[in-house]
Amino acid sequence: MFRGLLSLIAYVPLAGALAILFFPKEKTKAIAWFATAVAGIDFLISLPLFFQWDTSLAGFDETTLERYEWIPSIGVQYIFGLDGISVLFVLLTTLLGVIAAVSSWSAITERVKEYYIFLLALQTGMLGVFMSLDFFLFYVFWEVMLVPMYFLIGIWGGKNKLYAAIKFFLYTLFGSVLMLLGILAVYFYYGSTAGVYTFDITLLHNLGQDPAFFELSRWVFWAFFIGFAIKVPMFPFHTWLPDAHTEAPTAGSVILAGVLLKMGTYGFVRFNLPMLPEATKLYAPYVLALSVIGIIYGAMVAMVQRDWKKLVAYSSVSHLGFCMLGVFALNVNGINGGILQMINHGLSTGALFLIVGIVYERRHTREISEYGGLSKQMPVFATIFMIITMASIGLPALNGFIGEFTILAGAFQIPPEVAVSFLGITLGGKFWAICGVTGIVLGAAYMLWLYQRTMFGGLDNPENQKMSDCNTREILYLAPLVAACFWIGLYPRPFFAILERPVAKLVQQLGGEQEGVALGAGVGHGVGGLGAAADVPVPGDDEQGAGASR
Amino acid sequence: MSDFLWLIPIFPAIGFLVNGLAGRRISKRAVSAVACGVVLVSFVLSCAAVVQLATMPSDGRYMENRVAPWVPAVEDGGGAPGLAIDWLFVLDPLSAVMILIVTGVGSLIHIYSVGYMWEEAGYWRYFAYLNLFMAMMLTLVLGGSLAVMFVGWEGVGLCSYLLIGFFYWKQDCADAGRKAFITNRIGDLAFVIGALTLFASFGTLEFRGILSAVVAGQGSVFLLTAVALCLFVGACGKSAQIPLYVWLPDAMAGPTPVSALIHAATMVTAGVYMVCRLAPLYMQAPLALTIIAIVGCATAIFAATIGLAQNDIKKVLAYSTVSQLGYMFLAAGVGAFGAAIFHLMTHAFFKALLFLGSGAVIHALHHEQDMMKMGGLRKLLPVTYAVFLCGWVAIAGVPLTAGFFSKDEILWRTFLFSPVMWGIAAFTALLTAFYMTRLMGLTFWGKSRMDHHTEAHVHEVPGVMKWPLMILAGLALVGGFLSIPAALGGSAMPFTLERWLEPVFEPGTYATAAGGHAAIGEHAAAAGDAASAAHEAAAATPHGSPHGEEHSLALEYGLMAFSSVLAIFVLWWGYGLYDRMPQKLAAWKARFASVHEVLANKYWVDELYDALVIQNFYRLCRAALAFDVRVVDGVVHMVRNVTVGTSYLSVFWDTWVVDGLVNLLAKVVRVASRGLRRFQTGVPQSYATVMVFGLFVLICVYMYLS
Amino acid sequence: MPIPVNHLLSFSLVLFIIGMIGVLTRRNAIIVLMGIELMLNAANVNFVAFSRMHGDLAGQIFAVFNIVIAAGEVAVGLAIIIALYRNKDTINVDEISIMKG
Repeated sequence: MFRGLLSLIAYVPLAGALAILFFPKEKTKAIAWFATAVAGIDFLISLPLFFQWDTSLAGFDETTLERYEWIPSIGVQYIFGLDGISVLFVLLTTLLGVIAAVSSWSAITERVKEYYIFLLALQTGMLGVFMSLDFFLFYVFWEVMLVPMYFLIGIWGGKNKLYAAIKFFLYTLFGSVLMLLGILAVYFYYGSTAGVYTFDITLLHNLGQDPAFFELSRWVFWAFFIGFAIKVPMFPFHTWLPDAHTEAPTAGSVILAGVLLKMGTYGFVRFNLPMLPEATKLYAPYVLALSVIGIIYGAMVAMVQRDWKKLVAYSSVSHLGFCMLGVFALNVNGINGGILQMINHGLSTGALFLIVGIVYERRHTREISEYGGLSKQMPVFATIFMIITMASIGLPALNGFIGEFTILAGAFQIPPEVAVSFLGITLGGKFWAICGVTGIVLGAAYMLWLYQRTMFGGLDNPENQKMSDCNTREILYLAPLVAACFWIGLYPRPFFAILERPVAKLVQQLGGEQEGVALGAGVGHGVGGLGAAADVPVPGDDEQGAGASR
Repeated sequence: MSDFLWLIPIFPAIGFLVNGLAGRRISKRAVSAVACGVVLVSFVLSCAAVVQLATMPSDGRYMENRVAPWVPAVEDGGGAPGLAIDWLFVLDPLSAVMILIVTGVGSLIHIYSVGYMWEEAGYWRYFAYLNLFMAMMLTLVLGGSLAVMFVGWEGVGLCSYLLIGFFYWKQDCADAGRKAFITNRIGDLAFVIGALTLFASFGTLEFRGILSAVVAGQGSVFLLTAVALCLFVGACGKSAQIPLYVWLPDAMAGPTPVSALIHAATMVTAGVYMVCRLAPLYMQAPLALTIIAIVGCATAIFAATIGLAQNDIKKVLAYSTVSQLGYMFLAAGVGAFGAAIFHLMTHAFFKALLFLGSGAVIHALHHEQDMMKMGGLRKLLPVTYAVFLCGWVAIAGVPLTAGFFSKDEILWRTFLFSPVMWGIAAFTALLTAFYMTRLMGLTFWGKSRMDHHTEAHVHEVPGVMKWPLMILAGLALVGGFLSIPAALGGSAMPFTLERWLEPVFEPGTYATAAGGHAAIGEHAAAAGDAASAAHEAAAATPHGSPHGEEHSLALEYGLMAFSSVLAIFVLWWGYGLYDRMPQKLAAWKARFASVHEVLANKYWVDELYDALVIQNFYRLCRAALAFDVRVVDGVVHMVRNVTVGTSYLSVFWDTWVVDGLVNLLAKVVRVASRGLRRFQTGVPQSYATVMVFGLFVLICVYMYLS
Repeated sequence: MPIPVNHLLSFSLVLFIIGMIGVLTRRNAIIVLMGIELMLNAANVNFVAFSRMHGDLAGQIFAVFNIVIAAGEVAVGLAIIIALYRNKDTINVDEISIMKG
């Protein structure tokens, strides 16, 4: 791990994309191999980040932090850095990148050169988002990421590809613009109070401890919220997702579900929670309400889908509702579980889209009713599909359980004051958790129903009787995901070790948790602002004066 | 040994991996050897562990094996405590009984399956799943925390799903498997709510931790009652009580040994086990116990009535299982946890026996399951008939059989709690005896109703299936002697199950202040605040403590005699009815035709669920989809239409106003020039004329001005 | 008795007007030139009248200048008319409107 590693990881795909420009467009096989090799190399050089990560760190890793002046006149720097939370996302991105590249070999036959260029460019964009610690740079990469995805959907997509691509682009852009407003508000506020105008996120995080920021932070919270909620996607901003997923090519869906959706939740964890803690605590009930609606609503709509990919798309809405429930539980269980579940979702839903892709390549239809009884014809595929289904519904010994159970543990620790009042009824505390738990039943319902309709029963349709089982390449790219599911399910310790301290620090910054004993950070901690109000804000202490803001 | 507890579930897991990955390529003999071998190894290890446990003093029988952390403890940042789950296996008298039942009966069923499934496709897959089931069940039973137990809980649900749907190409098997999984999951929903509420209140999911906290008086009665009920709903799902029992009869679509193992002896008893494991918690919530007793009692009689009118041999046994599970919960509900476990054990023996026996019949008749097409098999299948007789008398509760001792204990304790419930339970016992007799009658007695082809091919079971049947028959007959009640001289026996299990249900065992037995009064004094008053009141209710208090021996003997006589009478009368007077039966059936209709259609509960719950749920889902497409997406489309509309406005403005101004300018110039152009005639004289005219004007002006 | 200035001036004015009307209304270009001559000569008479009135010879000298200029101008004018006639075959000013805008 050396300084410059992060830029290397981020720009290797871009370099690969530029190199592909020089390939003649007929040599599709060479292009595919080359692109896969580039993605593979990127994955390999990102592995040291995981295996050599210093788990005692609560903040950003100094050995890889890069900081250069970019546009000093407005305070823009080029800052690339990781902490425990973002390092897991970087690894997820590189892993899914190489898997997406491998899976595209047989799926993409036209305009192969442009396809791989866009795919690699997209990789750079996504890695940049997770790595950048300067708001300007972050926004640049955020926008950069949209364009290749738009093209991937719009050129290599299904029947309704243009509608889906434009909807995806404009909807997300709308959110990004609001996010930009928030960024600028923060920038100007910080500049006017601290004297130096900067986009540096590590400095702007300090605004979370500034009591005078509270008024503005409420607006900024909602500005950021819209931007990230569209990406997550949260109800009711989710309607771009089914169209985008169904029309995108398989690898596009995998990357979209696996990585792009995580950016929304990552944004919440990286910006809303540390920078706007008071607003977060104030508005948490509403966000929890939307998350819980997302869990149940997403699952219900998934139950009655006839299109296989749309079903998986709506299941993503449901799963990410769980992640948001965890994050906004605002305690270590919830946030640890939420982040881990984001990784899990990337793995298992990515695998689900690959599975749909395998079947789609053979039959070119996504109608569930066209299938049935495939277990007999494709036993290896059936086994993998069963494992991934079980991971998705949270069976213990697989990754989904760890994430879900930890999230629910956190949700059950939400204090009763975190509530919404609705026509005289106050719903709060354990209510969120109980609604969330119903997600496990609904999840099982639609996934098993899907599995039964496609894999069980008689092999009636003559078209299905000619389908071939998974070939070696397909097994090769599904295997890492299956292995990862078991790894996280049985031995989640390394992941929790990486997440532990940054999340604890985050919870501390949020301050004043309701249950449990305060970790000796001073008398100012605790419910209801007990104890003397500190005159000088101590880092991590944001309960100024009496009256909890919950 | 305590460091090796984890080996007990691991061996079947290894069997699963071997058979799952390589089973397709190795011979059937190898598959059978691996599968049965690992379970037998587990059985031996279990015996060794229990023996070691028995050598420990009776108030300290506890072995703990904390293998490794699973979900690690995390820093809590000053907030609520983090979730930490370890792979914790615990052996105490209760789990000792369970692992012996699971591995013992499990091994017998594995051996039986070798014969039963030999001709089936996917032989290796069956044994792989069965081994996985054993591993998961053992994890459930040995688990030292609600979390590890939940791993096993869900795991057995998965295996049940896979095994019920073993013949996955058949639609009804697939449907049954899915129904089982989802109904179980509904129960799991409540289980998770209960478990995590406990976590939120006590900070731990481990049994020792929770029970110590409960016994020490933490947690309000309201909280504990709510948690107890949530966990019980979870148990209802797993152990098929009202209203979540509907999956069990459908589960009979799976292979018969699976029905025997999973749906009779082991998985369905997980709920009972869980309630008994948390007995001290339930003792603090007497309302919950009362509800459990009521539900158990209701389920027992309800299922028994349905069993009276079923024609499929396995369905009769399935409803019988539901009914017997009701008995177990009734026992737990009245505070007789030891009796519940005892009945669990005897039930495992005779129900597994009955299922395996029915498997033998089905196998002999080439997969005919309709009893209306059987009859007179007494002579054709002597061994099967003999073992069936053992099971029959055991389940009916003929004195000295296993069923007698356990059922009587339950009936006695129920009488102490509520004579009304005793009445219902006794009536249910009568019904049990009757429908089992009916089963015997339709299958073995009377004249044959089989068609000639089937009859010609009837053959007795092969040896590999015979021995497990005989061992189980023996256990069904003598297994009861493991726990002779005090009234019949149990105190003199060196071993009774009741005494063995006592420490587990005794709250004092978990008191952190003092170890060992603590009388009820002492425990109340130790708590010493307002909460303890409630707890004391709870302890003083009829649920009492697990060990029975002073009672009238005469009453006990009287009840025992009453139920025995009743049982024997029903058996004898039923024998007469079914063997020699089938026409009387037909007359009866005609007279009670409408009642029979209701029972045969199982009170149309499935149809009710479908109409009330499932169809409405689908309607709601479709409404949600319509909402999503039309309203939510409609808003997005509306935004798009508004944007496009305003852009038309913009186009209009641009073309007509902005561009219009530019064009207007040009027009003005054009019009003006057309006018002005007329001055340019090309004729110099007109120019001169204008000049003169202008000069004239200038002179006038000059003259005017000066 | 000397002629009063007014008579001379009015005579000059009348002559001028006659010349102007000729210039403005006649179609034949030569007649236009004659009209111009008349105007110039009217201006001459005006000069002489004022010279006599003021007793200053400057006016008469200027009148001599004017006659020279008129002569030169007639020469050039006639040359233009001849060139025009050669190109357009007419000296009717109404028909020569190439500069019509």
